[in-house]
Amino acid sequence: MEGLKRVPVREQAPKVRAANFEEVCLGYNQEEAVEEAKRCLQCKKPLCVQGCPVAIDIPGFIGKVVEGDFAAAYQILSDSSSLPAVCGRVCPQESQCEGKCIRGKKGDPVSIGKLERFVADWAKENGIKPKKADKQNGKKVAVIGSGPAGLSCAGDLAKWGYDVTIFEALHEPGGVLTYGIPEFRLPKDAVVKPEVENVKSLGVKLETDVIIGKSVTIDELLDEEGFSAVFVGSGAGLPMFMGIPGENANGVFSANEYLTRSNLMKARLDDYATPMPVSKKAVIVGGGNVAMDAARTALRLGAESHIVYRRSEAELPARAEEVHHAKEEGVIFDLLTNPVEILTDDKGWVRGIRCIRMELGEPDASGRRRPVAIEGSEFEIEADAVIMSLGTSPNPLISSTTAGLDVNKRKCIVAEAETGKTSKEGVYAGGDAVTGAATVILAMEAGRAGAKGIHEFLSK
Amino acid sequence: MFKILRAEHLAENIVLMDVEAKRVAKACQPGQFIIVRLDEKGERIPLTIADYDREKGTVTIVFQPIGASTYQFANLKAGDSFMDFVGPLGRPSELTTDDLEEVKKKKILFVAGGVGTAPVYPQVKWLHEHGIDADVIVGAKTKSLIIMEDMMKEVAGNLYVTTDDGSYGRSGMVTKVIEDLVAEGKQYDLCVAIGPMIMMKFCCLTTKKLGIPTIVSMNPIMVDGTGMCGACRLTVGDEVKFACVDGPEFDGHKINFDEAMKRQAMYKTEEGRALLKFQEGDTHHGGCGHCGGDK
Ligand SMILES: Cc1cc2nc3c(=O)[nH]c(=O)nc-3n(C[C@H](O)[C@H](O)[C@H](O)COP(=O)(O)OP(=O)(O)OC[C@H]3O[C@@H](n4cnc5c(N)ncnc54)[C@H](O)[C@@H]3O)c2cc1C
Ligand SMILES: Cc1cc2nc3c(=O)[nH]c(=O)nc-3n(C[C@H](O)[C@H](O)[C@H](O)COP(=O)(O)OP(=O)(O)OC[C@H]3O[C@@H](n4cnc5c(N)ncnc54)[C@H](O)[C@@H]3O)c2cc1C
Ligand code: SF4
Ligand code: SF4
Ligand code: FES
Ligand SMILES: [Mg+2]
Repeated sequence: MEGLKRVPVREQAPKVRAANFEEVCLGYNQEEAVEEAKRCLQCKKPLCVQGCPVAIDIPGFIGKVVEGDFAAAYQILSDSSSLPAVCGRVCPQESQCEGKCIRGKKGDPVSIGKLERFVADWAKENGIKPKKADKQNGKKVAVIGSGPAGLSCAGDLAKWGYDVTIFEALHEPGGVLTYGIPEFRLPKDAVVKPEVENVKSLGVKLETDVIIGKSVTIDELLDEEGFSAVFVGSGAGLPMFMGIPGENANGVFSANEYLTRSNLMKARLDDYATPMPVSKKAVIVGGGNVAMDAARTALRLGAESHIVYRRSEAELPARAEEVHHAKEEGVIFDLLTNPVEILTDDKGWVRGIRCIRMELGEPDASGRRRPVAIEGSEFEIEADAVIMSLGTSPNPLISSTTAGLDVNKRKCIVAEAETGKTSKEGVYAGGDAVTGAATVILAMEAGRAGAKGIHEFLSK
Repeated sequence: MFKILRAEHLAENIVLMDVEAKRVAKACQPGQFIIVRLDEKGERIPLTIADYDREKGTVTIVFQPIGASTYQFANLKAGDSFMDFVGPLGRPSELTTDDLEEVKKKKILFVAGGVGTAPVYPQVKWLHEHGIDADVIVGAKTKSLIIMEDMMKEVAGNLYVTTDDGSYGRSGMVTKVIEDLVAEGKQYDLCVAIGPMIMMKFCCLTTKKLGIPTIVSMNPIMVDGTGMCGACRLTVGDEVKFACVDGPEFDGHKINFDEAMKRQAMYKTEEGRALLKFQEGDTHHGGCGHCGGDK
């Protein structure tokens, strides 16, 4: 039958890209995009839309692509998303929009993500900019953090005439988009920076190097600096470790440290001053997007790169595309394997990692089958770098310095989903700071919800 | 940009700078630090706050050029700027946050080693301004490396200067002075030791023997300084702590110094190469066979 297969997307060849940091996926060109768009059946009750956390009018924008009216397609995307160029690249489409697409019942689902990316890139290349507010309303709002949550909140508020300042702790804006997700998945100059510039072009001010809770507190922003409301989009940046022996050895990193050195500090480039560990064989512990990013970064820096994950392939939480790409590039997967100890040499450096084999038992609370250690199956993997990618939790810096701001037992800020409203008057929150580590699209949506909440609060 | 208002060489190898950083100057407390980055390609370098002027909006840093970045900093002059200067980071010294009446009851001894004199100063000054005069030992290898002596004299109870080579003040390491003072009949309820890790380690061994609780200010390798990377982790007792958010000050008797010193040396090779590159500019391409610059 016609149209079962999606239009293939051009990618750098695995061997080539495994040695560079350029974007892996080259995206569709105009002809390819139109051809792929034609595969959409323009369903009356589009299931894909139910799968998208922000309910983008998917048949709507794809229909415009078929017509070749990319500007109109971009308008439709912009109605629901403020970061389509990012989400088109990093959303876990297979479990969201594309996972629901009717085309997927028999054959490939429509490449919704790649089409979204094409439209967003087209808009950028053709200089389409978000529209600035006609009139300022004179009210000041502070946004903490410049990740997807903060950027989208600031963008919406500015469009409605608010005087917005973003405060960012690091020296570069973008949050995880800048320090976490590598260049080969999300180019910084071509995609992330233009998104930040778009927000700034709406009149949003950006103050980097300001740590809320240290440089200035939320109460001071409200009481002394004239802000009428605050949105907290500070993410979930605190890395977890396993607590196994040897974990403080030289050569053991959190994925956050490893990726920050490579992405934010550009340690992988010779003329940048931050050092980067050189390793021959790196073991990455974990199975999420973060682990894939660390493994593929280590590979590009010249290491033999192993993923050690305690469940099986079916349970890998990473996006399917990343797992596929990682394998193509030569990352080795040691599944059903769990570290028990990090082995060190006499100078305190990692020389290996002792692991135990696992098997899957009964499903646990999350519905996934619980990994159980197989007694007596311990073995050693040689390694000179170990990168712990076990997840992150919200940093308590803000909650511990803001009286009246409630957090739950996972240190996440408690906030209403529809408005971002917290327990403290005038303070709104959203993104990973509220949900714990989640996704770009959810953080973006939470930022927009927070903007709405603040707008209602300040319009009273 | 953060403008340098004053740049002064306190000793042959120690530089003091006043940097304009209004938010940091307003919020900082003794015991905290900042992270500074020179330019687009620079690394994030943590330095302890050595003094601050809330009115002028300036923060004082004192550093020792020891590697590529700090050597670059040392070449800067008043009027130049840092691209980034962020803080205050870490927790204030507990002396400044504990109940003042309790602190007043204590006999406190500060031990400063080399450039560690700088971070000791704001703490001693703060105590002095709150009516507490602490004793201070300042030690350095040799006379020319003793810094901030006059400033310290103004705020300290008793000031004991010592040099390893006996070229000035008492003679011998700071640990010897601690033992001598106690032998001379001095009693201390608390010691605060700040300096190179090896010095803090030996101070702790000495004060443990003497039964004096001791606080140290740890300086492990850091990247972000906000709790995001874990590069700065230390073992304190049986817990792992992030020095940038849980510290930098800790109970010195609980620190695993051997681990901390190994971690501090993690990038020795890369750093050595970066320094060579900085000193020799583009002329060093390795291959001379002596320095390993090509390996
Ligand atoms: C390596 C990696 C790969 C990922 N891959 C994917 C993917 O493929 N697809 C996907 O959908 N999601 C992915 N994610 C998750 C996604 O990036 C996050 O869910 C999302 O970025 C959360 O956005 P946020 O705005 O809530 O927080 P963040 O992006 O974390 O931004 C928070 C910002 O706030 C700043 N900040 C924190 N505290 C303070 C303070 N006290 N004062 C001032 N500023 C502060 C931080 O420096 C940071 O810049 C990945 C995450 C990582 C780490
Ligand atoms: C909380 C804290 C406070 C500090 N306060 C002072 C101070 O007041 N004055 C002062 O002279 N020094 C201070 N230091 C040490 C100072 O940060 C290092 O000397 C500096 O980073 C060296 O960088 P470099 O590139 O010049 O030298 P390099 O040649 O790169 O390194 C020399 C040595 O410095 C240490 N070092 C290197 N990079 C870092 C890093 N990113 N973070 C921490 N240490 C590093 C390592 O031990 C290394 O072996 C402090 C460190 C910390 C963590
Ligand atoms: S935002 Fe994400 S989930 Fe929604 S349509 Fe785009 S790629 Fe799919
Ligand atoms: S479900 Fe698939 S085919 Fe139907 S509208 Fe959505 S993208 Fe098109
Ligand atoms: S320096 Fe990154 S967590 Fe402390
Ligand atoms: Mg350096």
